[in-house]
Amino acid sequence: MTICMPALDASVLARRDRIIAALQRIVPDGVLTDPVTLRAYECDAFTAYRQLPMIVVLPETTAQVAAILRYCDEAVVKVVPRGAGTSLSGGALPLGDAVLLGMAKFNRILSVDYESGTAVVQPGVTNLAVTRAVEGKGFYYAPDPSSQIACSIGGNVAENSGGVHCLKYGLTTNNVLGVELVLMSGEVVRLGGNELEPRGLDLLGVVVGSEGLLGVVTEVTVRILRTPEVVRALLIGFPSVEQGGQCVADVIAAGIVPAGMEMMDQPAIHAAEAFVHAGYPLDVKALLIVEVDGPQAECDHLIAEIESIAAKNSAACVYISNSETERLKFWAGRKAAFPAVGDLTPDYLCMDGTIPRRCLPRVLRRIGELSAKYGLRVVNVFHAGDGNLHPLILYDASQPGELDRAEEFGSDILRLCVEVGGVLTGEHGVGIEKRDLMPVMFNEIDLAHQQRVKCAFDPSLLLNPGKVFPQLHRCAELGRVHVHGGKVPHPELPRF
Amino acid sequence: MPPSQETPTDSRELEQIVRDASATRTPIEVRGGGSKRDVGYPDRGAVVVSTEGFGGIVDYDPAELVLTVGAGTRLAEIEALLLSNRQMLAFEPCDFDGAGTSTIGGIIGAGLAGSRRVSAGNVRDHLLGFSAVSGRGEAFVAGGRVVKNVTGYDLSKLMCGSWGSLAILTQVSLKVLPWPRTSLTLEILGLDDARAIGAMTRALRSQASVAAAAYIPAFDDQDSSTLLRLEGFGPSVQARARGLSDVLGETTLRSLSVDQATDQWTALRMGSLLQATNTDVLWRVNVPATAAAGLCSSIRALRGRFCADWGGHLLFACLPASIPAHHVRNLAEKAGGHAMIQRAPHDYRALAPALHPERPGVTELASRVKAGFDPANILDPYRFAERPA
Repeated sequence: MTICMPALDASVLARRDRIIAALQRIVPDGVLTDPVTLRAYECDAFTAYRQLPMIVVLPETTAQVAAILRYCDEAVVKVVPRGAGTSLSGGALPLGDAVLLGMAKFNRILSVDYESGTAVVQPGVTNLAVTRAVEGKGFYYAPDPSSQIACSIGGNVAENSGGVHCLKYGLTTNNVLGVELVLMSGEVVRLGGNELEPRGLDLLGVVVGSEGLLGVVTEVTVRILRTPEVVRALLIGFPSVEQGGQCVADVIAAGIVPAGMEMMDQPAIHAAEAFVHAGYPLDVKALLIVEVDGPQAECDHLIAEIESIAAKNSAACVYISNSETERLKFWAGRKAAFPAVGDLTPDYLCMDGTIPRRCLPRVLRRIGELSAKYGLRVVNVFHAGDGNLHPLILYDASQPGELDRAEEFGSDILRLCVEVGGVLTGEHGVGIEKRDLMPVMFNEIDLAHQQRVKCAFDPSLLLNPGKVFPQLHRCAELGRVHVHGGKVPHPELPRF
Repeated sequence: MPPSQETPTDSRELEQIVRDASATRTPIEVRGGGSKRDVGYPDRGAVVVSTEGFGGIVDYDPAELVLTVGAGTRLAEIEALLLSNRQMLAFEPCDFDGAGTSTIGGIIGAGLAGSRRVSAGNVRDHLLGFSAVSGRGEAFVAGGRVVKNVTGYDLSKLMCGSWGSLAILTQVSLKVLPWPRTSLTLEILGLDDARAIGAMTRALRSQASVAAAAYIPAFDDQDSSTLLRLEGFGPSVQARARGLSDVLGETTLRSLSVDQATDQWTALRMGSLLQATNTDVLWRVNVPATAAAGLCSSIRALRGRFCADWGGHLLFACLPASIPAHHVRNLAEKAGGHAMIQRAPHDYRALAPALHPERPGVTELASRVKAGFDPANILDPYRFAERPA
């Protein structure tokens, strides 16, 4: 445990009873203080770090959120906002001297306007629930993080969540039109709305992806899209990772932007096949899933083009889905990759760097060399279309020194990503996990400019402190998702 | 004394210029191609800092779909390079003079997208990262050169539409997209305002993936024209065109020739369709499409001319300078939108701020963000706020 969180403020802990009383006046039935109850909130999906919150409060209205934040601001009490607690980077990790503000009760879809293609939802509504609410009329919400059955829209806004379809449809930031935001001062502001360009500074743009440090979102207006007429997938095997990578580059260069384009290396293919029996070929070195959507004529055309590009890149096999069942079967292995790897090893770390696509062969080669150097196996799955890598480093925490080696391995991978022109995190967020790695990408002046935005929104720095920005005494902990003994929170959720 | 001009050629020099200006509290006006210099108050008492020294292509690998260029690079140069690789800036940057003299820094600063906004997103959806010198006189970077990135705050969004008030961009990385293999513009003739807006709304909500939708009202002896653009692979465009006919029912869709279509969309992009004279005021009005038809009537009542883009979400209105700005802004507000002055005679610009006032509650927050980047308030402070006498 090398990531330091802000030191506990004894004076705040000494006032705990008074703070509880004050919060109970604001939310009479929504204040949790019993240590057993608090245990449910001790971490999010980044489980390496756990901390009981001082108090949990569960408001139901914007006015309550405003009153809580105003009170905490005046009483100098830190606040950690939490959506569904599915963050992979520790964004909702509690602090021992902070109020944990749970937004789960904001679970209503307020309105849907099919004519303008927008829905107004509360932040506790799950990602998938938005699609469920509008699919009857032939619409859906495009961003689809793998945790979509549980993760909340408010959390998606905080993390700027992606998903396998963001290649074509963008991240959360490209699909959110407006928010109602409560500042730490208790002030309520509306940013964005149904207009297509902002009046002044695009403050909405900087709020999305700010990881709960700028304000608490109490309402979100999202764009909903027409459900595509047809969705089909191709499953393509390659004799080498290089050929698979070249096929990805050629598809993009041909002017095709598929709905999704995912790649797995041979260890990932074998692990997934053993886990779900998706029918994957075991003799190929790389497997590509390419999904296309749109009108029938478009899908037919694209499938033919992609097939021919695959053939030019010496594809060993090409399967094309002819039914929804078949398409889902193609995906089943990819979507089970994380739990499948959990079957192979007591523990693994999940990385989340993004690189320029052209560097894929070089980065994979280097990861292979590092794997040999550290004596640890690695399994690679990627959102190949946008260069977002999820190398999974296999280790056994019960072996002395193995966790440290795995962490060093992980840090080398992320440094490599930045070195080739990429970034530390493509979709999981900085949180606490990659906080201390931020200087690999940004110098102090860069970070200071980001921090000044924080200061404009939350001058007292009480909202979600200890996240995103490295501390003065920073530690050498690097980016990863810790999974111990194959147990993850929300084990029912797919992770890909 | 006429304002002097500085043309730094590297970040260090620019940092020094900004620091000096900060020390003497001298306002700076950042100038790229100068095509938008007449947006805002005419009297800014500023030293002009040109970004001309920051031109040039830094990195472009077409297969990556990412372009990194100096902020002073001209649009014409960028578009020619992209076109030679059958790629484009998908947001169709507003090009006020139509000659591509705008710089990419200026385009990002203004944050104004063209007709494809409704399908490809705004300028902000295509800026991946940047280098800049803030009002503090400090060079900094944000974002990255890859399409998927959540490392740190998304300051790129903040730069788009900031009109150079936070930082002077020196280098930018943009997402680029393949040029569509086929583009087909369908026209419906003779619809009135409400029916045209209705048709565009239905088309945009259909499965046809309409790339752009605009409406040019009748003038002189010309029928009104409602334009729907479809883009993509040939067989798909043909299938979607048939689908649109079904969605739009009784109306007759005719295909424009490639030249006709290019002329119309270019005129719309340049804002030249309305043929505003030097004494007219050209307004850019954002409005929910559901309220657009009502606003069209109001503009007609004021003897104004207009055309609509973005399926009715954007109205370009040409109004006589005798109509006070607050009157137009009230109309836009009542319709749930806001109005910017894109072009106006000198005297009009001297009296009315070009940008619509912020919503209550947001003003102070926005000022604090601005102060974080530019504490001495030297980056074009009197462009959109009146200069104290």
